[in-house]
Amino acid sequence: MSDILVSEQSAAGTSGRPSGRLLEVDDLRVEFRTRDGVAKVINGVTYHVDAGETLAVLGESGSGKSVTAQTIMGILDMPPGHVSGGQVRFHGKDILKMSAEERRRIRGEGIAMIFQDSLSALNPVFTVGFQIAEQFRVRRGMSRSDAKKRAIEMLDQVKIPNAKGRFSNYPHQFSGGMRQRAMIAMSLALDPEVLIADEPTTALDVTVQAQIMDLLGELQRERRMGLILITHDLGVVADVADRIAVMYAGRIVEEADVYDLYAKPAHPYTLGLLNSIPRLDEKGQELRTIKGLPPNLMNIPPGCPFNPRCPMAQPVCREKVPPLLQVGVGRASACHFAEELVNRD
Amino acid sequence: MSDPTAASIVSTPPVEQPTGVGAPADAGVPENARREKPRGLLGDAWRDLRRKPLFWISATLIVVFVLMALFPSLFTNGDPENGTLTNSRVEPSANGWFGYDVQGRDVFARVIYGARASIVVSLLSVLGTLLIGGTMGIIAGYRGGWVDALLSRIADVFFGLPFVLGAIVILTTFNGSGTSNSKAEIMALVSISLIVLSWPVVMRLMRSSVLATREADYIVAARALGAGTGRIILKHLLPNCLAPLLVYGTIMVGTFIGVEATLSFLGVGLKSPVVSWGIMINEAQNYIRVSPFLLFFPSAFLVTAVLSFVMLGEAVREALDPKLR
Amino acid sequence: MGRYLLRRLLQLIPVFIGTTFLIYWLVWSVPGDPFAGKCGERACPDAYVNMMTEKFKLDQSIWVQYGNYMQNLFQGDFGSTFGGRPIGDIIATSYPNTLKLAMVALIIEAVIGLTAGVLTGLRRNGFLDNLVLVSTLFLLALPIFVIGFVLQWLFGVQWGIVKPTVSNEMRISELILPGFVLGSASMAYIARVARTSIAENRRADYVRTAIAKGLPMRRVVGVHLLRNSLIPVVTLLGTDLGALMGGAIVTEGIFQINGIGRQVFRAIVTKESATVVSIVVVLVLVYLLMNLLVDLLYAALDPRIRYE
Repeated sequence: MSDILVSEQSAAGTSGRPSGRLLEVDDLRVEFRTRDGVAKVINGVTYHVDAGETLAVLGESGSGKSVTAQTIMGILDMPPGHVSGGQVRFHGKDILKMSAEERRRIRGEGIAMIFQDSLSALNPVFTVGFQIAEQFRVRRGMSRSDAKKRAIEMLDQVKIPNAKGRFSNYPHQFSGGMRQRAMIAMSLALDPEVLIADEPTTALDVTVQAQIMDLLGELQRERRMGLILITHDLGVVADVADRIAVMYAGRIVEEADVYDLYAKPAHPYTLGLLNSIPRLDEKGQELRTIKGLPPNLMNIPPGCPFNPRCPMAQPVCREKVPPLLQVGVGRASACHFAEELVNRD
Repeated sequence: MSDPTAASIVSTPPVEQPTGVGAPADAGVPENARREKPRGLLGDAWRDLRRKPLFWISATLIVVFVLMALFPSLFTNGDPENGTLTNSRVEPSANGWFGYDVQGRDVFARVIYGARASIVVSLLSVLGTLLIGGTMGIIAGYRGGWVDALLSRIADVFFGLPFVLGAIVILTTFNGSGTSNSKAEIMALVSISLIVLSWPVVMRLMRSSVLATREADYIVAARALGAGTGRIILKHLLPNCLAPLLVYGTIMVGTFIGVEATLSFLGVGLKSPVVSWGIMINEAQNYIRVSPFLLFFPSAFLVTAVLSFVMLGEAVREALDPKLR
Repeated sequence: MGRYLLRRLLQLIPVFIGTTFLIYWLVWSVPGDPFAGKCGERACPDAYVNMMTEKFKLDQSIWVQYGNYMQNLFQGDFGSTFGGRPIGDIIATSYPNTLKLAMVALIIEAVIGLTAGVLTGLRRNGFLDNLVLVSTLFLLALPIFVIGFVLQWLFGVQWGIVKPTVSNEMRISELILPGFVLGSASMAYIARVARTSIAENRRADYVRTAIAKGLPMRRVVGVHLLRNSLIPVVTLLGTDLGALMGGAIVTEGIFQINGIGRQVFRAIVTKESATVVSIVVVLVLVYLLMNLLVDLLYAALDPRIRYE
């Protein structure tokens, strides 16, 4: 139901209309202005997430999925980064237009984020406990002992054994999985409404990956958070996500319900991604990969950015940029031939 | 992008404002951009250097100083060693551009001829330091074990001596007031004492550099393929360690010019009849109130020479360090 | 940690012996006749020669001489000048002056160097950044006696703001200019290291995390960024204190400060061998211990470093 609304909005590109949404990214555009030229990293990204919902943002490196998240958090390196258009609305208010102080208040309490590499994301010279308790002390004005008590509770909640003892350990004394749990505890300390997880399991062993994803899913359901899960791994997405947005060259090329997307991708890029997953029943055959490379963002080809790599490309694809249009219930695709893709058997 | 050294003063990179913090995780830009023009590290460095005015300024100045050291008569036909007392402390004029010193010697001729001693001594010392320190460092790093321990302790012994103090002790012992060394001997002595006191630094630099590359996969591969020790050092280790050594050497030339001047100034380094900037400054300090120009010109030449080498070294270092681009 | 400390102290012993032996040999043994030129223009009186020969066992091999000297030293006997003044006295009166100057220099270089480094590290390529880069280049490149003369001439002679030389009372106000000169090169170095360190860490992931936690900017910079960036700077300051306490021959000479550097230089010029050796031994010991201290400091500042 709500998904239909989104697709219409995305398709029409409406901006500024207030809605009941928790977090909306609307036609966001970001460029990197460097000495060698301007790279258009985000070219009109639109997505949203509601309370209790998980949106997976899928794409290869360089597709702009992380930059979008950094723009939402306000931790994008500026310069060279530069927001050249669009809005990021939190509870209907554009946070890009807020003062630095207003934005700071939203961080941690409204929107929190966890990062891929927990070793470098945690400060190496402070104890893990200090870094969690710090938020209670600075943002909630708690006393040192109260903050410590709360921090230990948080470590307990993310199922770190012997939370009390580990409070005064340094990040390098944790294993990768435990450190990512501590990172999650830190991001959830102020009870945020939206959590952005930027490749939270990429740096971990496969067995640990599953545990962390389960933990994230559990905490999200308990707290009815909106979760934006950024990943390049289709396998991670399937179990936890409600909706998936696929990004390519700084655009959303397809947005759909998890089941719809897996069953019948409406964009040749998504199709390529799904086909490139190794399958047991095709053992011994050559892996099907997407040929070619992602475009140079300083020089994006005219028309559909995917056209040089697209097996279905037609002359129109080199001339017209396909808009993100609704193709059926609750799904949208930015392909001139989306209808054909969806309607084939 | 932004340079941590003075070289950026002239090349004025784009202005940066720290509004946000954190690097974009996947900008996706450089990957393709780089693929288009493959170049080696040295080619990159040269392209970078060529664009830096500071590199050209310092290189030109160094060429001028080297010319001065080789052919002082190109620049002046004055006599640096003999003067007429009637000219004592005559102010700069059209005749003597930089004036005349206490003994009536032409200051311009003296600063020109002074370049030779400074540059010869510092170049010799740097070559010796690099050679000895470099060899020791390679041996210590490559052999490891007790050889490393022994060489490192020996280096510590020399490193434990305060630099200026050590040089003074060595030089007063061999070049004290009772000795009568020739010009060449004095210059050799000063060089040797600088080498003796500074080789440990180069050795440490080289040793850590060798240790870092020794276990690198391509070295292990070369060894597995049966390459001998000598070949591994010459073909694989040395080229990798050469860049930091080159940079350090260039900067060291500048530093040593300053140290040589300091020692001469203290009266323990070069001595008359050798002409050097340090000696001139030493002689001029008593007349600082009445004839400040006597102090000014040799100091200006000294400062310019030191800065040229240091700036060149910094420019090269910056160009060689891909992280700083 | 304890074992590491013990190992490091054991390693210090051969280095200490090697360095002091080297000095001893250079000063006493190499010139041939140890008394040549030691008593001014005239030959040394026999009584003095006999007394010194006996005290320092100069008629025996250098190894015996050195062993004898060290034995005396560790009983607190530094020997005496040929005028009969105990060398321990000279050190005791001049070393506090050197320490005072070193502390002033250290404070000046820490305050100015750090401020410049942090400011330019946070805001690069501005006017201030370029100013700091140029001035640090000059301070790093110029020999200290040139800087000393220029500043002494400008502030002391030309503008008359301070007295060009330091009186025996060693007032702090008199020591500011010499302290600045003495610390000038390190100041520049500290500024550059702090600048690079801040600029590098400013883009570190943990700083992004701190911002994402919604901490105020001054806490992000003042706690998270500074604490990490200052590790190399603090260790640099420690090493420098070791070097500064080694005496400042040039600076003390220019400003006529009665410190250890000036004493040792005077002793070298007047060929007071016993004084030279004793002072250098003290300086080497201080330097070596300071370096050890810096290593320990490093471990204390960075929890990732643990010495086994």
